[in-house]
This record gives sequence, C-alpha cells and structure tokens, in this order.
Amino acid sequence: MSLINTLARLEAVESGRARPTATVRHRRLTGRPLVLVPLTTAGEAGAPLGALVGTDRDAPRLLAVAQPRDRDLRFAFLAELAEAVLPHIESYADVVEPAERGETDPATGKRVKVETELCVDAAQIVVPSRAGIEFVRLLGRSMRFRRTADDDPDTPYPAPARVPLLGRWLTHYGERARVPGSSLLLACTDLLNRHWATGQSNLEDQHLGALLAWIDPPAGESGAEAALRAELARDAAGQLLCPPAGPATDPDFDNRLLAPAIEKYDRARASLAAAEDGLAADARLAELSGAEREIRALLAGVLRPTWDAVWRGLDLLRELPEGARTEDRWTRDRWSFTAHRDRVRSGEPPQPRRDDAVTAARKLAARETAQAQLEAQEALDDPLVLAGRRLAGEAFIGEVSAVEMAYSESKRPSPRPLVTVRTDERPQLGEGVKIYRSLDGKPQTAQFAGYGPADEEGGAPSLVLRITDRMGRGKEPAPGSVPEPGDRIAWTLFEHDQRGGPQLPDAEETPWTHGGPPGGVEAAELPDPMTPEDLL
Amino acid sequence: MTAVFDPGAAAGLATARILDDTLNGTARGVVVDSPPGAGKSTLVVRAALELAAAGRPLMVVAQTNAQVDDLVVRLAEKEPELPVGRLHSNDPDPYDKVLDGLEHVRKSAKAADLAGLDVVISTAAKWAHVKNVEPWGHAIVDEAYQMRSDALLAVAGLFERALFVGDPGQLDPFSIVGADQWAGLSYDPSASAVSTLLAHNPELPQHRLPVSWRLPASAAPLVSDAFYPYTPFRSGTDHGDRRLSFGVASDGSATDRVLDEAAESGWGLLELPARHTPRTDPEAVRAVALVVRRLLDRGGAAVSERSTDPAPVTADRVAVGTAHRDQAAAVRAALAELGVTGVAVDTANRLQGREFDVTVVLHPLSGRPDATAFHLETGRLCVLASRHRHACVVVCREGVADLLDEHPSTEPVQLGVTVKFPDGWEANHAVLAHLAEHRVRATC
Repeated sequence: MSLINTLARLEAVESGRARPTATVRHRRLTGRPLVLVPLTTAGEAGAPLGALVGTDRDAPRLLAVAQPRDRDLRFAFLAELAEAVLPHIESYADVVEPAERGETDPATGKRVKVETELCVDAAQIVVPSRAGIEFVRLLGRSMRFRRTADDDPDTPYPAPARVPLLGRWLTHYGERARVPGSSLLLACTDLLNRHWATGQSNLEDQHLGALLAWIDPPAGESGAEAALRAELARDAAGQLLCPPAGPATDPDFDNRLLAPAIEKYDRARASLAAAEDGLAADARLAELSGAEREIRALLAGVLRPTWDAVWRGLDLLRELPEGARTEDRWTRDRWSFTAHRDRVRSGEPPQPRRDDAVTAARKLAARETAQAQLEAQEALDDPLVLAGRRLAGEAFIGEVSAVEMAYSESKRPSPRPLVTVRTDERPQLGEGVKIYRSLDGKPQTAQFAGYGPADEEGGAPSLVLRITDRMGRGKEPAPGSVPEPGDRIAWTLFEHDQRGGPQLPDAEETPWTHGGPPGGVEAAELPDPMTPEDLL
Repeated sequence: MTAVFDPGAAAGLATARILDDTLNGTARGVVVDSPPGAGKSTLVVRAALELAAAGRPLMVVAQTNAQVDDLVVRLAEKEPELPVGRLHSNDPDPYDKVLDGLEHVRKSAKAADLAGLDVVISTAAKWAHVKNVEPWGHAIVDEAYQMRSDALLAVAGLFERALFVGDPGQLDPFSIVGADQWAGLSYDPSASAVSTLLAHNPELPQHRLPVSWRLPASAAPLVSDAFYPYTPFRSGTDHGDRRLSFGVASDGSATDRVLDEAAESGWGLLELPARHTPRTDPEAVRAVALVVRRLLDRGGAAVSERSTDPAPVTADRVAVGTAHRDQAAAVRAALAELGVTGVAVDTANRLQGREFDVTVVLHPLSGRPDATAFHLETGRLCVLASRHRHACVVVCREGVADLLDEHPSTEPVQLGVTVKFPDGWEANHAVLAHLAEHRVRATC
C-alpha cells in the first residue's frame, strides 16, 4: 500500500468517514449498466441459487432455483438468465461506427490499415463484489461447452438454445475483467475501493455494506459504527440486516430459512408425483407453487438489499466527474466487445478450456501494458493520484527558473535545451534518468542532467533537465515546445504511453521449448465428459 | 584414506562435461545450474569461444544491457580477434561506450547488419523483435532462471539448440499483474524459462557447477545450506585464504564493532532496537550509511587468492542491498549526506549477478509489522547474502524471528506447480540463526 493510501486510511479512522483517494472517476460507467446480483448454493460449486438482474433499479428481474440440485431447474434458470442478459448485450452489437484497424498483411508481412466497424458503445455488467466476477467466470465456464439439441440431437441433457452463447459472453466478460482498467465487467466494491479509502481492513473492504457505511454513513453515525452494524446486526429472527453481497449466502439464512423451505418444496414435489387423481394433483400443485413462491420471496429478501446497495454505490460514483483518459480505455473495451461479437458471428468455437502457450503469453503481455498504462493515465488525470506518486518520488511539480539553449553533438545539431527547475519535492532521480511531461496531451521526454545550485535560502538544490524531443525538426525548437521560466510543470519518472511488447509467434509455430504447436484440433468443441462423480 | 576436495579439479570436471554435452551432445538443450559466483560468466564465455571455434554460428541471450556489455567485453578480452556482434536497441546510449574501443565488435540495431558474425549478443527483449532471419544453430541463454517463460517463447524460434545457464536460487521472474489463471500450466508465461523448458523437455541433460569462487569459506556453507539444501556447493577458497583488516582501530562504537566482527568472521549483524517503522526507516537507513562510511574511513584492506598484497577496499568494491527502491533511494541520500560516493546502492533485483568485497544489507523484514510473500521470497535474501567476497554486514531491527513465527507462509498451494525448497520462511530462519552468532546491538 502506498504511503498516501496509508495516510488516507489513518485519516478515515480519525474522522470516522472514508477519505477520497481520487478526484475524478477512473472507470467508465455507461448510461445503462446491467446489474447482476447472483447467489450460489452453499456446498455446491457453480450451482446457482438465484439472481436479481436488470438495467432498471426499480424493476429488477428475480430468477430463482427452487431446488438447486435439480439439473432441469438449473437449465431453466440459465435459460432465463440468457433471456435477461443476452438482449442487453445484443442491443449494443449492431450500433456501429466505421473504424480502422492495423493488421499484418499475410502476403507481404507489412502493417496495413483495414476498414472495419466498431461498436459505438458496449454492454456493461456490474456485480456487487469481486466474488461476483469470479462467479460470472464460473457460470461462463459451466455453460459455454454445453450442447443444445440443435448442436447434437443425441446429447443426453440438451441445454436450452441460448445457454452456450451466454456462456461464451460471460467467459469473455470474465476474461476482460482481468485486464487492468477495463470497464466491461465491474465489481461495485472494487470501484468504491478505487475511489475511497476506509478505516477498515482490506478484507472488510470486500463487504459492500460495510464499505458504503464508511463512504456514506447515516446522519449522526460514524462510518466505523455503521460498518460494524452492516457486518453484524441481525433482526429478531437472527437474520443479518445487511445480507452478504454474494454469491455466497449467510449460513444462518441457509440453515434456518432456506433449507426448511427447500425441504418443503421437495416434499410438495414428491407428493405431487405420488398424486393418484387429478383433483389431488391440483391441490398438490398449488402446494408446490406455494413452496416455490416462498423460496422466491426468501431469495428476493436477501438479494434486494444488495441490489439497492449496488445502485447506491453507482450513484456515489456518478457524482465524480469522469477522468479524461477513461474514454481511451473504454475504447479498448469497445474493441474487445466488437472482436468477441465478430468471433461469435463467424461461428468460431467457444473459448478453449485452457489458453495455449502463445495466447497465455499474449494475454499476460497485454495486461502488463494495460497496468502500466492505467497507472500512468490515472496519475495524469487526477492530481490526487499524482500527489501519491510525488510522495513516492515517482513524480514532481517544479517551477522553471531558467532555460539555457544547448544542442546535441552530432553532424546536424538538434536543440537540447537545459531547463532548471526548482522543487521542494524529492524525486528519485539519478544520472540520465528519463522524465516526462504532458505537452498538448503528448508526452515530452527529458533527461535528468544533474543538480543545479541551491536557492538563496539554502533549500533543496534545483534540478537541471535536458529536453530531448517534441521540438520539431528545425534547428530552433518549435514555438511553445520548450518550457519557459515561471512555468509550473508536473514531471513524471514513469512513461505516459506504453509500448506494446514484441510480436509472439503464431500458435502453430510454438517452439520446442514450449511443447511445440498445440496438438491437433484440441477437444475445445467437445462437451465435458461425464464422470461417475457427475451427480448433477 | 579420504580424498581431499580439490575445488579446481571438481569445477574443471563439471565444466568439461557441460562443454562436451554442448558441443557433442544430441539433446536440443543443456541446462546448467550455478550457485552464486560459481564461474557462470566464465563458463558462458568459454562455451561461446569453443562454439565459435567449432564454426557454429552462435547467438547469446542475456537479460540486461549491462550483462550483454559485460559479456562482450569478456569475450573480447579472451579472444580479441573474434568477430562479435552487439545487437542493441534504438534508444539513445544503447550500449556501454567501452565497446567502441573494441576493434572486432560490430554494433547495430539491426540483426541483418550482424549476419555472418561468429557471435551475436543481445538482450532477450531485443532478440524478441528480431524477425525473418535465418535461425542460429546454437544459442546460449544466460541468467535463464531470471528470464520469463514468455520471453523465451518470443526468442526460441531463433535457434535450433541452446545452452541454458542460470542460478535457481536467485529471484524468480515476476509479473506486475496477476497470472494465477495460468499457474500449474507447463507454459505459465510468468514462470521462469527453465521451468517451462524442463516441463516440456524433461530428458535434457542438467549440470551443476559445484564450487563458488566468490563466496568465502565463511559464507558458502550458510548460503548452501539455507538456499540450496539439495544441491550443496563448496567455496573455492578455504578459511584463512581471505582476510579483511582495517588500518584504523575501532573506536568502540557499535558500527565499528560490527565491522570488526564481519572482518573476523565474514558476517556481522547490527541489531537496532525493535520497532515498527515505515519502509524507509530513518534510523536503519542512517545505520547502513554509517557502516559504509566507517568501512571506507577505517581503510579496509582485503587479502585474497587474487593477490598477495592487501588490496584497499574502495567505494567501488562495496555495495548496499535493499528490498525496495525507495529504501535504496533513502540510503543513497543518507550516503550523500555523509559525503560517500561511488558505492553501489540497489535492490536485490538489480544487484543480481554482481560481486563486491563487502556488502551492507538492510534486512528485508527489518521493522516490518508483517511478512508478505514479497519479503519472504527466498531469492531476495539469497541475492543479498551472496554478493560478497569477504564480508557481509546486515542491519536489522530486533524481533524478526518473532515476526517470522507470527507469519508463516500462507500463499495458496497451486496444483501442478513444483514446490520450491526451501521456502522463504525456513531460509530466513536459517540465515537469522547464523547471524545471531555475529550480533552487535546498536543503541539508538
């Protein structure tokens, strides 16, 4: 944790309220995010229990599985989820604008521009917590290899038509969420934690209710008290007032309310199956739907507070103006969204279970670039983030006190002006270290050339910087490209733009050190094999 | 009769086997594990010369520009006539200016300009951009344990066969983003190049250099036991072969006493009172700077097998090692205040592969309230404790042993990932127990 965040947390403890760690919002929030609050069944990995989903905060759609161990009911749930989520995604797929993309021409090996289209906006999904993102990933994994009756008429348990498609989209969103700075799939707790520091531990910060209590405590109450109440307070029946944001449920809810309700449902089902005549069946059917309604009501009761909390969190975030460079990252998200749309449309198989060596290396390289870019962009967008980097010696603000013209030693001398900068800060500079400033939105590079004289009062020595680029091609630097005395400029020791890594070989050319090309057509398209343990 | 261990003969035998496998073997790769200071660079230079002499075009992959330049200089020293290519980046000052004075070294940013030279050397990062060239018959990959698997993936298409040389005990490569999703895959891109290579090619011959020429007899057993428990090594010199002495007598201060202890035994622990501190603990930083200052002021002189006359321990023969960059920056500032210049102050990552007479180490766990995986990493402590030819002084707050006991490693176990021995917790305890015998308490 950086020093400034530690300070913010200490201040939060002292003041009883979360402290802002950002002055702008560093993630895109679209006008119409789809909020998904999923619940899972305790003890059954990947068995969904229910969900609230929708884009209208006042009208969430409740999905519930009355008996989570029943495969048919689970498929019905997933089919309903697909009906709730896919139209949202698809509504963005056809609103496009023309765009250009760099591609390598297979014939010549040269980089060429290709006319293509780019979705104007992308569908955004917001879940309450990081565990929710993990659950989206798990749902995607459990669905994308399923076969429908159309795919294979002989498949023993055909999945409803749109379920595999939903699996592919959720897998894509789950993978994209791993890219630093991306906003396609967001966790509300991550968003809030990025913009506020609370006085509680990182672990407690994963509790959406406690987090909101610190950020926006009820009038007259401190954040710490409100957070404690959010974590522990129970009603007369022993149920948490602020249920966990899921997907896991509170064991007391499971044991005291849910388990008896599911048992009742099971009994009603068994007795319906055993009904001997139509009249008895009617009565028992009513009993069954009564039991189902009861489960739905229970789930709605624990989902709704989280649903409301997510929307409240989004409200708080919307009060912050968006950071300038967020748009740039969102454009990358749109490219990612468009590319996946194209893969689905061109009939490509679902994403493989495991990345091959080349794909894994590519993803890692892309994410490392995105991480470095995110850190730089946040600092450039937000003085408070920059302050943290200044405190860490990775940036500084200084006033230009003198500029001396100098030239490079080459046949065609180029301008290399020496700029003397006064600052009280202590950047971690060494001989030849490169530093950057933003000039008309583009980075200008300078090199640390040494310490200058101290000022009259005997303060810190001034810094001498040699500007090395963005001064035009002429012998004299272009107007406005060299700082002038009196300018106050923020310099960073980190680069503003990230160069992408080297091109990796194609998967078919995976070298011997990495096991050679992936063997044949990998069983990517095959469904999961049935095993004796496969009870569900 | 027990055979007397002859370090020179043992090392020579190991080298001969490695060269035989490299020049005459049939396997596509040869892996050499080398403990700190075991003559890894010497081996690389020798293998390069022999491959060149055998008429096999060779590319050498190192990890940093400093390592590349160092290898070029060493090659030119051994064989001034050998045509060597230094492939460099397009940045300003891409290589050490020393190379300009070497007649048969050609420098270029384009691989095509260097085609046909006997040996072409560059960093893994630069090699990764080389495309559309005839593959080299042979490659030497230096510091292969510090190279990431994805970096090897990017360059492996450039060569047919390769000799991989590295130190498994040093810092593992790392990634600035999470790579857990690939943990356990044989080609996990964030793992080391060697682990991927061996996972896919388990039949490759593996060798080990058995003798550390750098570490003194006082340090080799500790480093070997603590960090290489299953692949022990010996020091090439014996007790008494190396001596460190001071021209100026001790003034009785803790700083001077710890220096005397280190000169006498090879190790010194300057222990500050227990306290939780920020990373750049001002007292500890000042103590480190003071140790360096006194070491230089007292006129340290080192006697070793290299020369019979005592060699002065000058600033360039001294290094300060820290865990974090801001700590290194704080030590640099403290040294500047004391008027000390020319001492290398850096993090473990950047001190890897370097050698000094005396090192002063700010213990990674000093003053911390917790022990994270970063601070417990075995390789970090191993690098810091194995850079010296004569003595190592560790500056640390009291209470690290208790801290370790309160924070056993809690990293999740990943399926399919080979567990590394020893774990950092155990290695830290081993080093701490040894250092406790050379403790001097500071009173601040």
